[in-house]
Amino acid sequence: MKRRKRSKKVRLNRSLGGDIGVFLFLTLVGIFMIIPFVFAISNSLKPLHELFIFPPPLFPRDPTLDNYTDLFQLAGNLWVPFSRYLFNSIFVAVVVTVANVIVCSSAGFVLAKGNFPGKKTLNQIIVTSLLFTSTVTAVMQYMVMAKMGMINTYWALILPYIATPMNLFLMRQFMGQLPDSMIEAAKMDGASTFRTCWQVAIPNVKPAVMTLLIFAFQAAWNITGTQFVYQEQLKTLPTVISQITAAGIARTGVGAAAAVVMMTPPLILFIITQSNVLETMAHSGIKD
Amino acid sequence: MALSAKKAKAEAGTVLHIEDSKFRYTLREMGRNKGAYMMMAPFMILFLIFTLLPVLLSLPIGFTNFNMVQFPKWVGLSNFYRLFLEDDVFLIAIKNTLIFAFLTGPLSYFLCFILAWLINQMGAVLKTIFTFIFYAPSFAGNIYFIWQLMFSGDANGYINATLMDLGIISAPIQWLTDANYMLPIVIIVQLWLSLGAGFLSFIAGLQSVDKSMYEAGAVEGIKNRWQELLHITLPSMGPQLLFAAVMQITSSFTVGTVAQALTGLPSTDYATHTIMSHAMDYGSLRYEMGYASAICFVLFIAMLLMNQLINRILRKYTSD
Repeated sequence: MKRRKRSKKVRLNRSLGGDIGVFLFLTLVGIFMIIPFVFAISNSLKPLHELFIFPPPLFPRDPTLDNYTDLFQLAGNLWVPFSRYLFNSIFVAVVVTVANVIVCSSAGFVLAKGNFPGKKTLNQIIVTSLLFTSTVTAVMQYMVMAKMGMINTYWALILPYIATPMNLFLMRQFMGQLPDSMIEAAKMDGASTFRTCWQVAIPNVKPAVMTLLIFAFQAAWNITGTQFVYQEQLKTLPTVISQITAAGIARTGVGAAAAVVMMTPPLILFIITQSNVLETMAHSGIKD
Repeated sequence: MALSAKKAKAEAGTVLHIEDSKFRYTLREMGRNKGAYMMMAPFMILFLIFTLLPVLLSLPIGFTNFNMVQFPKWVGLSNFYRLFLEDDVFLIAIKNTLIFAFLTGPLSYFLCFILAWLINQMGAVLKTIFTFIFYAPSFAGNIYFIWQLMFSGDANGYINATLMDLGIISAPIQWLTDANYMLPIVIIVQLWLSLGAGFLSFIAGLQSVDKSMYEAGAVEGIKNRWQELLHITLPSMGPQLLFAAVMQITSSFTVGTVAQALTGLPSTDYATHTIMSHAMDYGSLRYEMGYASAICFVLFIAMLLMNQLINRILRKYTSD
């Protein structure tokens, strides 16, 4: 521990000039990345008459929260109470995220570190399935779900989104890096496969778990389920937001406000998980 | 289905271990790994029902005429003949997709890695901030509508307004409907969006590299950050390199959503028409599902080949 702490201070193989250069380069790229967000946020704060003046000002002259109050007013006048959409979205997002992380991590661990007949084939199937495009399969997916009686139920918003090959693949790749000796040691101590996964493997791939959490929540938060759910009471936030903003040019500001609002929850989660990763992993790494 | 059969076999395997034929051995191995199968079961069952089954059921549709109303009619290979021999727009779509796949694909893959690596050299706070800024476009959902406002063809578009204000141009440019500008603009926006799953997995992967390896490297004569990258960082990032590569293949071969949102479907002169847009065109606008399936089938084969190629290239860094 002591040695590692010292090494952090010395900063191996780094020159100050290089660090400054890297910083300047990243800042430049960062500005390009963030410009659209500046526009989106500034648009959401502009009153309607400022949205179409020439030349368009970067910052609102007369900032207002009208667009946000309009958004919530419009949301309050819906046929189904807005709180219902909000509940649906939060419920679906939480259930899908938790289930996704558990299911994908377990399967990822076994496919990375297990040693059983059929492992190679299953791995191949998972990677191949990443290359499928969903446009055409949507019809058949509907038919399968209709046969199972899931149309117009919460199941339709939850079950199809739990087993994501991408997330499994991510976990498999990271867990594959864990030293075999670590897994063997746990086995020697009599831990079951399940315990080895959750008490030995998972804590050692924390950055991957945090990344998985982001992927899972991001996807879950944006579930619309429009193909599988037709009852207004079961629809989620993205659906209702797009209905509100689809009403035309007068809703440009409201649309920007909606985009900002929808972005906020994944954003908060992202900041929490990332700072967590960087904090806990600052002094460690996987050891063989 | 296959899984439950396997489980049944696995149970039988624990009883039948009299002779050590290869089959018996397999059964016994399965029995020994019951826990492993149990842990995969939830994923595999859901995956089978909601992903694999729909895909397998969709495959034959490419060989039919299917308008989503009447029952599909078997037409053999005629969709594929039409695709390659008669459909001129498909050739444009292939050309555009290849431009995206071979220009923005490698470029954004490279960017993902280099930026993640550079970010990793900053202090903890700056690291979080930069990761956040660079990944932001990917989770902002549909915020690329802002690019539409920026490149809007009238004098109110931000780019047009700025250029006219500075006196560089005198009349607004039709950025999104002029075939000369459409492809470059879509490429820019695509690059802006490209720091996604692969980028984040690189960031996470760089955190997991054993820090003591850097110390050992310094002792053994590694002088600067570039040598460190080549001799220590890259070799220990194999799994992440492969993950990002597969994600990159998927995203660059299936480009279409961004182009569609910015330049419309169909776009002027099909300037940003991709294979995916072509499938969308036939699938969701013309209701020719059979033909759309054939298009997706071709795309899938192309991605499969690409995946094999990448796997071979990255073999140096990955064990399996």
